[in-house]
Amino acid sequence: MIEKILVLEVVLPLLAAPVCVLVRHPRFCRLFSLGVVAACFAIAVALLVEVRGGGVISYQLGGWPPPLGIEYRVSTVNAYLLALVTSMALVVFSFDSRGGPPRVPEQRRHLYYAVFLLCISGLLGITITGDAFNIFVFLEISSLSSYILVSLGGHRRAVMSAFYYLVMGTIGGVFFMLGVGLLYQATGTLNLRDIAARLEPSLDDRGTVLALALLVVGISIKLAVFPLHHWLPNAYSFAPPKVSAFLAATATKVSFYLLAMVLFTIFGAPFVFEELRLQAVLLPLSILAMFLASSAAIFQTDLRRLLAYSSVAQIGYMTLGLSTANATGLAGGLVHLFNHAVMKGGLFLVVACLLYRVGSVHIDALAGIGRRMPLTSAALVIGGLSLIGVPGTVGFVSKWYLVSGVLERGWTAAAVLILLSSLLALVYVGKVVEVLYFRKPAETQPVDHVREAPLGMLAPAWVLAVAAVFFGLTTDWTYGVAREAAELLLAGGI
Amino acid sequence: MNLPQALSDLWAYWLLIALMMVGLYIVIARDNLIKKVMGLNIFQAAAILFYVTMAKVAGGTAPIVPHDPAHPGGHGGHEVVYSNPLPHVLMLTAIVVGVATTALALALAVRIHGDYGTSEEDEAVAYDAEHG
Repeated sequence: MIEKILVLEVVLPLLAAPVCVLVRHPRFCRLFSLGVVAACFAIAVALLVEVRGGGVISYQLGGWPPPLGIEYRVSTVNAYLLALVTSMALVVFSFDSRGGPPRVPEQRRHLYYAVFLLCISGLLGITITGDAFNIFVFLEISSLSSYILVSLGGHRRAVMSAFYYLVMGTIGGVFFMLGVGLLYQATGTLNLRDIAARLEPSLDDRGTVLALALLVVGISIKLAVFPLHHWLPNAYSFAPPKVSAFLAATATKVSFYLLAMVLFTIFGAPFVFEELRLQAVLLPLSILAMFLASSAAIFQTDLRRLLAYSSVAQIGYMTLGLSTANATGLAGGLVHLFNHAVMKGGLFLVVACLLYRVGSVHIDALAGIGRRMPLTSAALVIGGLSLIGVPGTVGFVSKWYLVSGVLERGWTAAAVLILLSSLLALVYVGKVVEVLYFRKPAETQPVDHVREAPLGMLAPAWVLAVAAVFFGLTTDWTYGVAREAAELLLAGGI
Repeated sequence: MNLPQALSDLWAYWLLIALMMVGLYIVIARDNLIKKVMGLNIFQAAAILFYVTMAKVAGGTAPIVPHDPAHPGGHGGHEVVYSNPLPHVLMLTAIVVGVATTALALALAVRIHGDYGTSEEDEAVAYDAEHG
């Protein structure tokens, strides 16, 4: 029974998108897409409960058995990602943005929901499928729809950012496709488990090493690994606020899963981390991301850009967890996927509230807003504390396991650098909090008319703020699952 | 394998790598957005050619089972060598993805031209620097 529901996870949003296009009623489309996303979330939770403890659910599309047919396969790793994407999608969809994105007139808004659903469908497809070329197709579905979503931001630079994102994303996608082609050449199959079983990676085999290089670089572009992150700050700061919240919470997370899957399942940890020693590249890049992107965040004057640069730094933490290649560190990286999604999604929703009431999120425009919008500002403070990694928030949980993993590996210097980079987060979060609560508003920009954000906006932002504290205190469903997923990945399974 | 032999045996691969680099160079070096899209297209086409090249089997024909009236439903006794059809099928999908990407990129270029009054990246950047 459960394996029949599994395929609905991708099919539901995929079919809901054309329904939105046909019905054309904005209010219906909003509620309908919310319902579809809620159903996807319910399915993802059911799958996660089912596979916890080492279960696997497999579905053969069209009844063709793998490796010839396409297989959808869910283990703890995939189910964790599915639950992450759908829960974030549910929170973001329940956010009432009062009129949709600025560039979309009322009579076209149904198309906006259709594109959003396609994006979700693509992201879920990447996570669920067990076929390498299928991943490429879903990757492009989600990427193409996110270019559209980014371009809908109100500012003219949103379109330019979307174009730039498209160029980078397409190059990444083609690299991925070439990598898959080389793997097919080496093994004669496209089924992921079959590739993993047949592939005998060695440094003398140029084709395999090239495939690994293409896949890692291609995915790194989509993941925005430093220094391939240049598209991200622009895309996140000019996209409609709801889209920024969604993409920041999900898109890079799915790319991270893809990278982990390629490294651990297809090529295997012994080849990648002992023979090839990829950590010699990945570790320095992660640390550079943590420091340079956090430093860049300190100097931003736009809150959205500040958060976007902080995202690049946080991706550094995730790839740092990946490069430890031990269960604790990898689980720390994986748990940071969810934890970062909760905090950064919440922060971008707060930005949406501020944009709606204040009209700008330039740092100078926010002076004195802490008194006018106490609840919104408090949510921002909770998210900010979590970014720093204060105990009692999700950020602390991630950093605790990352530092433990790094120390297990004997990289004392890296552990010290993780803690030092948290100080940079303290500086950029502190800067925003200082402006919100302690700086007097400029006389040219009175804030007396600013009121608290409406409930439809505030509630989703607070759900994530509360989650940031809740999952900072109970870690069974976050770190517990991530640990299981990490052990599965290290053993070469998916 | 020495270089001349590599060049002659693997000429198709050299050709498509050259094509790919031409595409990538255009994307990086040209400021005109339409030319960037064209570069991206060439880049994608090279990747498609890579798949098609690897599907080729020496002496192979199209993967169609010949019909022999004497042996209905059989091969008529002779072996048929044909190219691997799977990469060709995959590339049909990749071509569709490429078309969708191009269409979207061109639509964005039209929007950019409407907002900035130019299709040149450097002029748009200068406009942003001036107007914020």
